[in-house]
Amino acid sequence: MLNNFQEFYNIIPILLIGAGFLISLLIEMYFKKSDVILPWFTILIFLAAGFHALYAVNSVSVIFQNMLATGGIVNIFYIIFTFGAAIVALLSIDYIKKYGTYFGEYYILLQTSILGMMLMAGAKDLFMIFLGLELMSVSFYSLAGLNRKRLKANEASLKYFLLGAFATGFIVYGIALIYGTVHSTSIDMIASRFYELSSDKLFIAGILLFLIGFSFKIAAFPFHMWVPDVYEGSPTTIAGLFSTGGKAAAFSAIIVTLGVLFTGRIGNILMPYLAVISVLSMFYGSIVAISQDNIKRMLAYSSISHAGYLLIGLAAGNSFGVAGVIFYLASYTFMNLGAFGIVALIEGKDESNLTLKSFSGLASRYPLLAALFSIIMFSLAGIPPFAGFFGKYYVFIAAIKSNLTWLAILGVLSSVISVYFYLRIVVLMYFKDAETDLKIDVSKTGLAAVIISVLLVIIIGIAPGTIIDLIAFFFK
Amino acid sequence: MVQLIYLTTLLPLLGFLFNGLFGSKIKNEKIIGIIGSSTIGISFLIVVGAFFQTLSMPVDQRQTIVNLFTWIKVGNLDVNVSYQVDQLSLLMGLIVTGVGFIIHVYSIGYMHGDKGFGRFFAYLNLFIFAMMNLVLGSNFLLLFLGWEGVGLCSYLLIGFWYDRKFEKSTTSDAAKKAFIVNRIGDFGFLLGIFLIYLTFGSLNFNDVFARAASLNIPQYVFNFIALFLFIGAMGKSAQIPLYIWLPDAMAGPTPVSALIHAATMVTAGVYMVARCSIIYASAPAIMEFVAIIGALTAIFAASIALVQNDIKKVLAYSTVSQLGYMFLALGVGAFSAALFHVMTHAFFKALLFLGAGSVIHGMHDEQNIQNYGGLKKYMPKTYVTFLIASLAIAGIPPLSGFFSKDEILWSSYADGNIIYWLIGVVTALLTAFYMFRLVSLTFDGKERFGHDKHPHESPAVMTIPLIILAVLAAVGGFIGIPEIFSGEHGNQFDNWLEPIFQPAQAKIAMFGVHSSLEEIVLMVVTLVGVIGSIYAARYIYIKNIKPAEKLSKRFNGVYNLLLNKYYVDEIYDASVVTPIVKGSEIVLWKFADIKIIDGLINGVANLIEKISGSIRKIQTGVAQFYALIMMLGIVAALFWIILSL
Repeated sequence: MLNNFQEFYNIIPILLIGAGFLISLLIEMYFKKSDVILPWFTILIFLAAGFHALYAVNSVSVIFQNMLATGGIVNIFYIIFTFGAAIVALLSIDYIKKYGTYFGEYYILLQTSILGMMLMAGAKDLFMIFLGLELMSVSFYSLAGLNRKRLKANEASLKYFLLGAFATGFIVYGIALIYGTVHSTSIDMIASRFYELSSDKLFIAGILLFLIGFSFKIAAFPFHMWVPDVYEGSPTTIAGLFSTGGKAAAFSAIIVTLGVLFTGRIGNILMPYLAVISVLSMFYGSIVAISQDNIKRMLAYSSISHAGYLLIGLAAGNSFGVAGVIFYLASYTFMNLGAFGIVALIEGKDESNLTLKSFSGLASRYPLLAALFSIIMFSLAGIPPFAGFFGKYYVFIAAIKSNLTWLAILGVLSSVISVYFYLRIVVLMYFKDAETDLKIDVSKTGLAAVIISVLLVIIIGIAPGTIIDLIAFFFK
Repeated sequence: MVQLIYLTTLLPLLGFLFNGLFGSKIKNEKIIGIIGSSTIGISFLIVVGAFFQTLSMPVDQRQTIVNLFTWIKVGNLDVNVSYQVDQLSLLMGLIVTGVGFIIHVYSIGYMHGDKGFGRFFAYLNLFIFAMMNLVLGSNFLLLFLGWEGVGLCSYLLIGFWYDRKFEKSTTSDAAKKAFIVNRIGDFGFLLGIFLIYLTFGSLNFNDVFARAASLNIPQYVFNFIALFLFIGAMGKSAQIPLYIWLPDAMAGPTPVSALIHAATMVTAGVYMVARCSIIYASAPAIMEFVAIIGALTAIFAASIALVQNDIKKVLAYSTVSQLGYMFLALGVGAFSAALFHVMTHAFFKALLFLGAGSVIHGMHDEQNIQNYGGLKKYMPKTYVTFLIASLAIAGIPPLSGFFSKDEILWSSYADGNIIYWLIGVVTALLTAFYMFRLVSLTFDGKERFGHDKHPHESPAVMTIPLIILAVLAAVGGFIGIPEIFSGEHGNQFDNWLEPIFQPAQAKIAMFGVHSSLEEIVLMVVTLVGVIGSIYAARYIYIKNIKPAEKLSKRFNGVYNLLLNKYYVDEIYDASVVTPIVKGSEIVLWKFADIKIIDGLINGVANLIEKISGSIRKIQTGVAQFYALIMMLGIVAALFWIILSL
């Protein structure tokens, strides 16, 4: 009995969000002022779950008959998901009113998608991962097309669904092959038999298909094709969630399932695959981002190239690399949410103000926004002392430690290219005169969300050692 | 209190953020001034508390490390943000926050009505934040953070009135000069830090110093480390040949000159060398070098100060000269004498600058001492405090400067090299002369200013800080009364710092300099000279102005040489600045940059843009095509990985 109680205590974050979304349904149905209550209730739930995860970060255990893990790395992912989602919810309050019709489902789907992510991060069984993945993905498909009246949103939703289903198919196929060779779906079982099966072609094909399915979710080349179209068509805040929470969740699934490859106990046989798609994603993302006019598409390509940097950490295949990836995900989540947040603030009705030109001369009229956006751009470009620099630094160092110096060099080169399109925005904001007469209603809650993100970016950049220590501690 | 030491950096940082973010919006100067000063005041109280707590501990346990968080951790490099509270850092902390607080309060009056009031206090608080990190940091990297931080604040504050003219150019040029010259020093400092990490495998003071004492490390490594670090100190503490920025730094507001360019920042080099005393003790050749540079700087700058006419310029060269004294002391191994002089100098030089500020304030921004005269009846409080400070710097007993200067002179004599002592004494005579030339021309004699000027005493918010500093400048020396007068207790100041410098002093086999009758003889000789020098200055500049003119005519060459500061700026211009500017314009800019680098970069950028433009066409928007690309990717990956098994 006591044991069960402990199990429930450890999954309070999941229970909170599970209960939260049921209550949210009721609020949506029975309260007249649900459009005021629901956002704040959602934020409260996310924060409560996040802080509990932070508080209980040391209670490492495996519960529910080997189905879910709690504590440690899992809780760190919970923290990334829930705090990220809280920022998204805060951004959304004014944004979705501006965006068009208000739907209560918005916040409910937000909660279910986070629930899905949490199940993926905590999974100890492939079925659990699949369950979480579908919960997240189906919520995402609906969120992308939330505004039925917009053609672009419909297109985004449908494309995401079609290609997402395609990718999910490969994941299921991979799971089937893995089960066929290991005779179990337990991740521990897979890990323990990985070495003896590492020359079994069927088993490796299964692992590879599984990995390819998630390569789609993290937006790595050549499985990235959906990204620009979906980001452009979806509500901006939701695009921010796709690029951060969605990516972090997919990485958590890879790390959880294939963790045995990345801790140095057995050779990283998937290194060639990871390194190749890493290089392709980095360069493809950075190069194509240069010729984008639409800021959301530019951020989409930036997201592809960041998937590449993150993959360097996995390709390195040592515990520094994985710790670096998790650190990178945390810092990337907050800086990218800040970037999408500012785009959401500036975006006008009917998708106006989304071209790069709308940012020219911003500094003279909205100095605070310009300053915040500059910090985010510097961080995304990987310039110290912001969080983005240390993320890249840790994964590059991990690559060098695994004798993949060439990969680190390519990563640095790609970063150099990316500086061009990130800093172009800073140049536009500070050194060019405004071409359009931009008038925006700066939403207070939205601005607060952006400021919080920027503060986190700065804090992570000041004390990266503390955070990487915490992550690395659980990886030993 | 020791555990709360992090507040002494946190509070100034918060003050900086508050005044920096909201300073321009708040129109009320009182709020800005009170917030700006109280953060420093509270920090001071915390340091005082930490000091007494440390004092109550047994002597061998007086070092506390307060660890805040892990900063950078990569491989073997493990740097924490942690503060080292010990005798040395507490001493520096007391000076920085104590004198800093007084100057903050003074600034409320001095900066009254300035449109950048909030910005000024923001920068001052940021400076204290950086300076406290510099003195409290328990490793070289945090020291370097503070080091760069104070450099930045110095730059920002020298150019604070960026729209004003300064001499032949603008204040921003003076700020740039300070920044660039400091970069040269910082480069050396950085090399020193790299070499330390390479040699000792750590950047923590305790590890590095313990290993420096125990490991068997070749002599030349110590020499290089000590030399590189000293190059950093030369820049920050304005020693020959990198002193040229400090006189120009007077372009900043006067409280800045008092706080940054006299009392605290410029002594960072002295602190750093003292902190690394064990490394210097292991590099005797570099110690000798430090002493030579210090002695030369002391006499060289003092001679320039003799003929300058700008009140702040005189004080600036005086600061350079006094810093030379401190390095002379470090060079002969009298580490604690150097720090004693850091402390007393902070009191009397801050007071001199604040007094000068008060005069400038009362004379409506007039800075030429030839246009002053007879001001003592208009500003009695400023006059008395200024006089006390001048007597202190001249070394008249029992004021503070007497004790610290005497200890340095005696140590350099006892070190065995009589030249050092001689230079020190001559510098002391010159110091007494130029200070009383300044006092006489400013406060005594006939009024030489026009009727449009109406000199007035400054408000209480400015004079009270003067009085407090005057008391400190008068009695501050008593904590370091030499052994010969204080008897068996010995020199209290030296006793306090003894555990810090004990390993270094054991290495150079100099267990403190013991007093003897000789010390009294030398002391009297110096004192007689100083008094004669003061009398000469007063005679020439009050009673009869003619001898001064005669002197300057007879020694016209020397006079002009001094007036033009040995033409050092011109020499630098001709030998370094112009070649670099011309060279970079013709070779680097017009050829290398525009033709080669720009051509290359633009070429690559154009190429990438073209590639970008053509690859983006893959993104057709057709979902079937997207699926096809995915499929191709999957097939390729499967084939490759499976076949390579």
